[in-house]
Amino acid sequence: MRKIGRFLLGYAIYIVLFVLLTTIVLIDNSFLSFRNFGFILSQASTRIILALGIAGIIVAGNTDLSLGRSVGLAAIVVCSLLQNPAYSGRIYSSMPQLPLWIPLLAAMLICAFFSVIQSLVVGVLKVAPFIASLGFQLMLFGIQSIYFDTVNNSSPIGGLDPAFSRFAQGAFNVAGVRLPYLVIYAATTTAFVWFVWNKTKLGKNMFAIGGNSEAASVSGVSIVKNLAAVYFIAGLLYGFGGALEGARTGSATNMTGQSYELDAIAACVVGGVSMRGGIGSIIGVITGVLIFQVINYGLVFIGVNPYIQYTIKGFIIILAVSIDTQKYLKKK
Amino acid sequence: MEITGLCKAFPGVQALDNARLSLRSGSIHALMGENGAGKSTMMKCLFGIYRKDRGEILFEGKPVSFQNPREALDSGVSMVHQELNQVSQRSVMENIWLGRFPGAGILVNERKMYGDTKKILENIGLSIDPKEKIENLSVSQRQMAEIARAISYNAKVIVLDEPTSSLTETEVEHLFEVIRLLRDKGCGIVYISHKMEEILAVSDEVTVMRDGRWVETAPAGALTTDKIISLIVGRELLNRFPKKENVPAEEVLLKVENLRGAYQPAVLDASFELHRGEILGIVGLMGSRRTEMVETIFGMRKKESGDIYVKGKKVNISSAKQAIGLGLSLVTEERRQTGIFDMLSVTFNTIIANLDAYCRFGVLNDAEINKDTDGIIQRLRIKTPSRKTKIQNLSGGNQQKVIIGRWLLTQSDIVMMDEPTRGIDVGSKYEIYQLINDLAKNGKAVLFVSSEMPEVLGLSDRILVMSGGRVAGVIDARGATQEEIMRLAAKYL
Repeated sequence: MRKIGRFLLGYAIYIVLFVLLTTIVLIDNSFLSFRNFGFILSQASTRIILALGIAGIIVAGNTDLSLGRSVGLAAIVVCSLLQNPAYSGRIYSSMPQLPLWIPLLAAMLICAFFSVIQSLVVGVLKVAPFIASLGFQLMLFGIQSIYFDTVNNSSPIGGLDPAFSRFAQGAFNVAGVRLPYLVIYAATTTAFVWFVWNKTKLGKNMFAIGGNSEAASVSGVSIVKNLAAVYFIAGLLYGFGGALEGARTGSATNMTGQSYELDAIAACVVGGVSMRGGIGSIIGVITGVLIFQVINYGLVFIGVNPYIQYTIKGFIIILAVSIDTQKYLKKK
Repeated sequence: MEITGLCKAFPGVQALDNARLSLRSGSIHALMGENGAGKSTMMKCLFGIYRKDRGEILFEGKPVSFQNPREALDSGVSMVHQELNQVSQRSVMENIWLGRFPGAGILVNERKMYGDTKKILENIGLSIDPKEKIENLSVSQRQMAEIARAISYNAKVIVLDEPTSSLTETEVEHLFEVIRLLRDKGCGIVYISHKMEEILAVSDEVTVMRDGRWVETAPAGALTTDKIISLIVGRELLNRFPKKENVPAEEVLLKVENLRGAYQPAVLDASFELHRGEILGIVGLMGSRRTEMVETIFGMRKKESGDIYVKGKKVNISSAKQAIGLGLSLVTEERRQTGIFDMLSVTFNTIIANLDAYCRFGVLNDAEINKDTDGIIQRLRIKTPSRKTKIQNLSGGNQQKVIIGRWLLTQSDIVMMDEPTRGIDVGSKYEIYQLINDLAKNGKAVLFVSSEMPEVLGLSDRILVMSGGRVAGVIDARGATQEEIMRLAAKYL
């Protein structure tokens, strides 16, 4: 009995998700099509990049509610700088056409800058990460809204440079199979973050800080510096993901990215990254995002009322976190 | 109370194998054994924290099977844990009656609670105000409050788990008086401890466990320290301390002058020298701020004034990272809090302070990491299924060895250890002593803080005695007596 109980506890989240998926397929079995999975994979790609960013922060024992607004800021900045020169509503109408990488890098650095400041608020001023990131969420929203309002009078920034659109929407054609660029970016990012987590000092230090920050400090790990580095990488990834979101959806507003942090955090937790810190794996994060995205897309696909979708997602998040907590309680 | 044939298996380990214990009312029964011998597991089965696989527990002649500690408490079986679980911001009486405040309906009868608490406290000779907040009490008073709580449940069986590990000698005496008082009132007391002298002084009967099995139960009068040790380890331990082979050199590796910490509780005035190849024992009563001193040297606490010289050079240490860079290391006192990363592997715990050594162009070399970890596991004879095992699954002694291994890897010249053998079984203790000896023999300087006098006398070259935050004296360990040390320890009280 106990064994079964432990098994159920360990896999409860997957069981629930499996039931949900089965229901979706039963309602509309055309869901299981190759095309749909192509969609899901490209949609999941930016989510993977974002989740990998926040996963490091969670493993280091913190959390970040400002992710979504970072994404929005990056999208607005990049889109405003990469509009089609032929587009009549172009914001910077006299600006020469920029190469892709300049606005992209700028957006990534802007997001990284805010993330690092946030890490200092958490690491030096010892403000609880929840509160610090909530504050940054509001500030980032304010800042991007001012910019959005000033440059484009609060109308969506569209008319993107075709090269930029292609950057996110394009695909390779490998032996008749369409392989979106986005998937390549996600895979490259995954490899990069895996390397940082598993093969560098920063990775080990991140786990140490999340696992036991006092012991880490006694062992000579600088909490402030390492946290700053973890947040810096997260910021870069938010910026990258935000730019891709802008290009993928074709426009940006100050609502772009709103509440993405919840999806990202939920995906991490579903993938076994503990909110207590010190525990998590890259493969877990990827699995979490994919599972979550399948459910997300599936619910839309079968036409579930968006409000019910919210309810289901909220339930999954609470379920995942409570299971995480229960596992910890068992061990005490 | 009678426990027979108790079995409990965890994945991969038979934690209890036909364990038994028979406790007569009105007696003090000592339960001994190495860490991992199954004492705590047996108690956890008794209190329903673990479910037993097999076996029977008879309480007052009737078989019982408590589902949780609360049920055990209600039946009169209580436990005072080594780590006290109290609500420190609340008063003594609220802690004692927590969960069953006297009163009607939703109202609490403060006066009755106060009176009842006062009566219990007086009974055990404790003169503290029931309204005092727990956080304002000393460790021993907090422990007494726990015992008072057990009494308030009319406990017939009280289990004390390592109650004296952080008490001074007078406090230990008081505790013993209280325990004897309870015995004379007919309580059965299970006393878990590693300290031989105490066991022989206070207990009526002794049960020794090893590897989850019952080994022997005998009247305390028929036992000696050596006999108990041989029962515990299962072999004759000829010496409690390894032969000293280190030769202190002239060279001073660490010099501390008039060190004073910035924040209370702080070291007030400490000066001493530590030589290459020397073992310096640091003793003092609770509150003599030995831990504060070593933590200030290591940069974990802010220094207000005073100078520290490492190898003759004046240094300014403001973080552990700097201290490590200068060749210092510190095995901290609170293993759980500031030592181990409990959810992470043995490997991780071993190499975390030494990452620079494995780093080439920013990339960590896993092969070297694994080689070093295996080396430490072998050298320190750490008992672990593999280097990937989570450290929380190891016994306390083995966890401590991993932490010592962590600092061996950094190759520091000045090794500081704060209570390195606290809560560790006899066998592991001996191995840690041997290790300290080897370190000194190989030209390191070792400084260790300990509350166990025989250990300090048996291991050190010189002994530094602290009293009230100051160095009361540094004496040669040869020919030093406990009386002399105690006199120094009381110098600034």
